Amino acid sequence: MPVLLPAMIPGISLRAMTSSFLRPMRDEGTDHVLVLIQLNGGNDGLNTVIPLQYYDAYHSARSNIAIQEDKVLRLEGFDGTGLNPAMPELQQLFNAGKLTIIQGVSYPQPNFSHFRATDIWLTGADAGQMLPTGWAGRYLDREYPHFPQDYPNMQMPDPLAIQVGSLVSPALQGPALTMGMAISNPTSFYDLIGDKAAPISDSRAGDQLAYIREMAVKTDQYAGVIKKAAQKVTKQSDKYPAAGKNPLADQLKIVARLVAGGLQTRIYLVSIGGFDTHAKQTDATDTSTGVHGKLLGKLSEAINAFQDDLTYLQVSDRVVGMTFSEFGRRIQSNASGGTDHGAAAPVFVFGDGVKPGIVGENPVWPSKLTVNDNLAMQYDFRAIYSTFLEKWFRTDQAATEEVLLRKFAALPLIS
Amino acid sequence: MKAAARVLTGYTIDYKTHTASFDPNRHDQGDKQFSAFYDNHVIKGMKGKEAEAEVDELMELIFSREEVSAFICRKLYRFFVYHTIDETTEKEVIKPLATLFRKKKYEIAPVLEELLCSRHFFDAGNDGSMIKSPVDLTVGLCREFGLSFPNAEDCEEQYGLWEQVRNQAAALQQNIGDPPNVAGWQAYYQEPEYDKLWISSDTLPKRNQFTDKMVNGGFGRNGKRVGIDPVVFASALPHPEDPDQLIADSVRVLYAVALPPEELQFMKTSILLSGLVGMASDHYWTNAWVAYHDKPDDKANRNTVNSKLKNLYRHLMDLPEYQLM
Repeated sequence: MPVLLPAMIPGISLRAMTSSFLRPMRDEGTDHVLVLIQLNGGNDGLNTVIPLQYYDAYHSARSNIAIQEDKVLRLEGFDGTGLNPAMPELQQLFNAGKLTIIQGVSYPQPNFSHFRATDIWLTGADAGQMLPTGWAGRYLDREYPHFPQDYPNMQMPDPLAIQVGSLVSPALQGPALTMGMAISNPTSFYDLIGDKAAPISDSRAGDQLAYIREMAVKTDQYAGVIKKAAQKVTKQSDKYPAAGKNPLADQLKIVARLVAGGLQTRIYLVSIGGFDTHAKQTDATDTSTGVHGKLLGKLSEAINAFQDDLTYLQVSDRVVGMTFSEFGRRIQSNASGGTDHGAAAPVFVFGDGVKPGIVGENPVWPSKLTVNDNLAMQYDFRAIYSTFLEKWFRTDQAATEEVLLRKFAALPLIS
Repeated sequence: MKAAARVLTGYTIDYKTHTASFDPNRHDQGDKQFSAFYDNHVIKGMKGKEAEAEVDELMELIFSREEVSAFICRKLYRFFVYHTIDETTEKEVIKPLATLFRKKKYEIAPVLEELLCSRHFFDAGNDGSMIKSPVDLTVGLCREFGLSFPNAEDCEEQYGLWEQVRNQAAALQQNIGDPPNVAGWQAYYQEPEYDKLWISSDTLPKRNQFTDKMVNGGFGRNGKRVGIDPVVFASALPHPEDPDQLIADSVRVLYAVALPPEELQFMKTSILLSGLVGMASDHYWTNAWVAYHDKPDDKANRNTVNSKLKNLYRHLMDLPEYQLM
């Protein structure tokens, strides 16, 4: 429960003041925000970032779904690598120096089960290791000891982390409790900030429910700060599609609003599902379109609108984002025009603060392929987490190692 | 009130034997004049041992009023159906029940039977119309999940664990055996809020903490634990391997009201399927369940379904709908 002190100035409570002039000056790094975009289902990396350098090998491994060479989007300064044609916005971001691609991200002995692989990515575990806490949860627990008893307080009046679009992620699990709060769907967010009320049936149960929901909002210790932050932002980028058209864009729009509204929340998680493309992942006649392309299109559109919004709201220097998926997919496509669970895949990192370019090489594979062959790992996913902790959040090396349970050398991702 | 109090003068309680007795010397022997509600009835004052009969006359007088039967029927209605009694309910439910009540010489059982077997009681419009009292919530949860307590031979442990349930209800502002005053708990009578009074910014989070705690391991005493085993609960459902049916059946057991389809879909995708959508991904849950079912002793298999089911049941009981009955 929030600690409500008596009003010091008539009409202004101490809590209201903390969000403005009593808010302390912040150290470098602590006003930085990380946005994690989870692509649920296992994104097909080879059709996301196309190895033009080895186009023939790429095409022969997956001729039924290979993107036509002339349709692949080109990247300035990197002739050997291109993007899926569904992502022109990400092409522009890359060429503008605001997008970095990390090739071949995985971990030793990759797991092919959605559930287990997701847990590995979210907890930051080895393949054979079960961790009870999430990687981001461990970081937040270190940064903000004695959560939640001592929170909110003047130094941290806001949620430490916010998950939009689902329940609180295992990534935010701390030693005892989750370190994050969930805005489980955009509708509940707009309910919370009072833009519109949830539909309540005109019945006896409906009347009771309306009351309990109202009490739940009142009880939520962070409802007030979230509402206040959201209300400070009255206009956002017009690049977002209409509500309901692109779930990821809807989620990121909320994130931008809360960041610009002044929340000191450090980590946001959003997600988009549907990447488990075992069959018909592309249109049969035009492989540049289809199910997978539509998903990548949404990803590209959402990130672009978000980035544009952050710039418009003048907070783009404070935010970097990262996409990830529990695994990539097989090198070879299957006979159903899809791809099965695989291993390494590229990760995107975006924002004003990134060091632009491509980290790692185009993937290579043996000329005699079998259906079980997978892309080799170039970088451990925890090296990316390590980079964010050290270079973006400015934790020292010992703390980073403690959070990630061992040393992972940082990558050149942050400028 | 004053007249009735005078009728009762002379009655006393012997706190040693816990019996009531009548002392004619302390009885008010004057006539007792009642109000217009009782047609200005007068109970003639009596003397000596005879005066005990005044109470019988008082009882006859009270129960001769139709309003008394309606008053008690309204209490029953509020306890079992819904707090607000509108004109239609008064006319179609309360009045006939009150008539029956008088006809049966104020026997409660026939009235309850009539109410609880009525079409009105089962009307969908009354589903979820009440907010659970703390006892309904705590004891109800134990029953829904079939939690087992030690049996009567081990009464010390049995009472010890029951006591912990009672303590939970007490923390939620209903301490059985210790009502706040002679009128009982306000939620049962206080207009206009009635059972909404159970829910406050203090008790709502505590309710959620209680249900979370019961999923996260429950409580214990001398090595015996009482808590929800979500895998056992799911196993008893008809089709735990089917994520849609698992959720639908769980909701049927735990909720008095239906959930909107988007909410059911959200639970399936976000909890049981770790965010997987479309492309026929239901089988990932099915596979996980079947793997557990085939090798229940395999720790990893059980862990996978157990952690997802824990999330599911925690979430289900954190939703406001779980507070209704």
